[in-house]
Amino acid sequence: MKTDIILAGVGGQGILSIATIIGQAALDQGLYIKQAEVHGMSQRGGDVQSNLRISSDPIFSDLIPLGGADVIIAMEPMEALRYQPYLSKEGWVITATSPFVNIPNYPDVEAVNASLAKLPKVVRIDIEALAKANKMPKAANMILLGAAADALGMDFDLLKAAVRTVFAAKGDAIVEMNLRALEIGRENKG
Amino acid sequence: MKKLLLGDQAIAQGALDAGLSGVYAYPGTPSTEITEYIQEWCKHHPTSSVHNRWCTNEKTAMEAALGMSYAGKRALVCMKHVGMNVCADAFVNSAVTGVNGGVIVLAADDPSMHSSQNEQDSRFYGKFALIPILEPSNQQECYDMMAYGFDLSERLHLPVLMRIVTRLAHSRAVVQISETARPENPLSDPADPAGWVLLPARARRKYNELIAAQPLLQESSANSPFNKVLNDPKDFKDLKDSKAVIATGIGYNYLMENYPDGAPFPVLKLSQYPLPQQVVTDLAAQYKELLVIEDGQPFIEEQLIGVLPSANVIHGRLDGTLPRAGELNPDNVKQALGLPSAQAFTSCDTVVGRPPALCQGCGHRSVYEALNKVLANYPGSHVFGDIGCYTLGALPPYQALHSCVDMGASITMAKGAADAGIFPAIAVIGDSTFTHSGMTGLLDAVNENSPITVVISDNLTTGMTGGQDSAGTNKFEAICRGLGVADEHLKVVVPLPANMDEITRILREEIEYKGVSVIIPRRECIQTFARHAREKKKGL
Ligand code: SF4
Repeated sequence: MKTDIILAGVGGQGILSIATIIGQAALDQGLYIKQAEVHGMSQRGGDVQSNLRISSDPIFSDLIPLGGADVIIAMEPMEALRYQPYLSKEGWVITATSPFVNIPNYPDVEAVNASLAKLPKVVRIDIEALAKANKMPKAANMILLGAAADALGMDFDLLKAAVRTVFAAKGDAIVEMNLRALEIGRENKG
Repeated sequence: MKKLLLGDQAIAQGALDAGLSGVYAYPGTPSTEITEYIQEWCKHHPTSSVHNRWCTNEKTAMEAALGMSYAGKRALVCMKHVGMNVCADAFVNSAVTGVNGGVIVLAADDPSMHSSQNEQDSRFYGKFALIPILEPSNQQECYDMMAYGFDLSERLHLPVLMRIVTRLAHSRAVVQISETARPENPLSDPADPAGWVLLPARARRKYNELIAAQPLLQESSANSPFNKVLNDPKDFKDLKDSKAVIATGIGYNYLMENYPDGAPFPVLKLSQYPLPQQVVTDLAAQYKELLVIEDGQPFIEEQLIGVLPSANVIHGRLDGTLPRAGELNPDNVKQALGLPSAQAFTSCDTVVGRPPALCQGCGHRSVYEALNKVLANYPGSHVFGDIGCYTLGALPPYQALHSCVDMGASITMAKGAADAGIFPAIAVIGDSTFTHSGMTGLLDAVNENSPITVVISDNLTTGMTGGQDSAGTNKFEAICRGLGVADEHLKVVVPLPANMDEITRILREEIEYKGVSVIIPRRECIQTFARHAREKKKGL
């Protein structure tokens, strides 16, 4: 078994906490993982990504080759598109729908949606609206992860256990909120 | 015990488990997390006395580490690749003095310049200094090579250079770590005390000893557990495609990514230098064609051209088989191996670039806004920038900088430009960069009463690398006065939009002053401010 995942977003959107949960779930299953991150200048509001590789066999490269990603999980729709050369033919794109506009030349939202529609397997989910409606503004990324659970082919209970482990130090209320966020994501992925 | 660690963290843990007594470093991407890990570890081990405070720059770090080694203890020096330029004097001479306690100098290279100004390959420094170089290919080797490297350093009485690249520094994997740590070395006197005084006569003796030790370095590389020939060349004798591959550091991973079940040709995996000449010549005697896969500059490739007979054909970065610049990745290595790409979708033309920007509310923003306002009236003005978050002032919306070269260059370039007749010549430098390498330049300017205006944008931290302590915090006025800046031309302002009138007035006045002025806009980085608020809430 081997799953190559690209996590995409804008510096500060919290893609690394998604990676941490998936990584923890993989570790709990005794799988090999490699997770390349971006630190440094681009964290200041630039585009950031993380390559997360999970496999039952040893992994060599820290980076995913072109056409290799089984899943792209994006906190922002244009950032999902940025990595489409890395998407495998049958790969899934799970993306948040609200654009993060911090540049003057952000493309037309219609054009972004049209480009997404050209890809074969796309899940679009308005995580910000869901987070707001459910009063969990800080758990939007966990809603996205919940929406990606099926595409990742990961046992949902394993993801939940990973959320418990990773957020344990922050107290029960935070754990419960993030577990609920996962469920909300799974239920609302359309 | 198993732990999920970044390459940087594996190095830190490896050093701690190998009897480290001190880490000495200046923050720099992608090396920062090594020292941060050791600092965190020390917080959780309050009885530990491992030195872990940040240093003012890489040169002070290298020298302090050498002092610790002189006293018999193990020291680690960490920096990004360009830090090697800053500490080069101490680094090269440390190979001449030799070491007592083990020293590992860790240089984190940044091919593709994710957060840097150049792509220099630190392995050249190791060769230049005539010392062993280690280049791990994965996180486990990062960990294992620390104990190995310190032992090697103490056995050869030489510092060891360890070179990593961004993709290893900032990638996580599970690492098997030891349950126990080796104790620190006790204090001890150096074996050759006279050799630490590099007067010419003694330096000549020591340098000859260093040259005489080179066969030992060769032997160590040839027998290194980290260098190996995979796939016995004998098994491939009859293959038509008689090619062999030399893969170094993480280049090995990109090779094997394409052959998860084993490569169909012999592979020399290299992770320790000097280049083991016999191993390479043996391989080249059987295989006319060699492909060299190394991240960074063509370090091995150029050496092979010098060593091997001209009958051999060497492929790599020099003949265009691999790109001459930029980091290796699974795709350019795949292409070099002649394998087809699996790309299914082309890049999407809806996508535009999203460059990084100064945080909203950052004090540097007010500095640039004020500068732009004032300089609109000075068509001949030039602003010399420096290295930090505030380099982003070169991009829209401010486009306020004319240069960014190396740590500290803002002040000295402004001085040189003023010498040449540019007016106004303005320097913009951050607090941490100022203490790193700006102070000496300011002294030059003061000594000549150069007509420059120096803006030390003080955010009370080293912001770019994530908010590490800055060596000069609370000392800047005293430092500037001490260097001879006149009190009436040393001004402190608070960079907030509300203070724009005051800031622009002061800027105008100081630009008109025909000598050295220093203006210090001071307001905490909003990222560290938020972090400190969180820590306070948690009661830390
Ligand atoms: S990290 Fe701090 S110094 Fe850097 S841009 Fe943000 S607020 Fe400014």
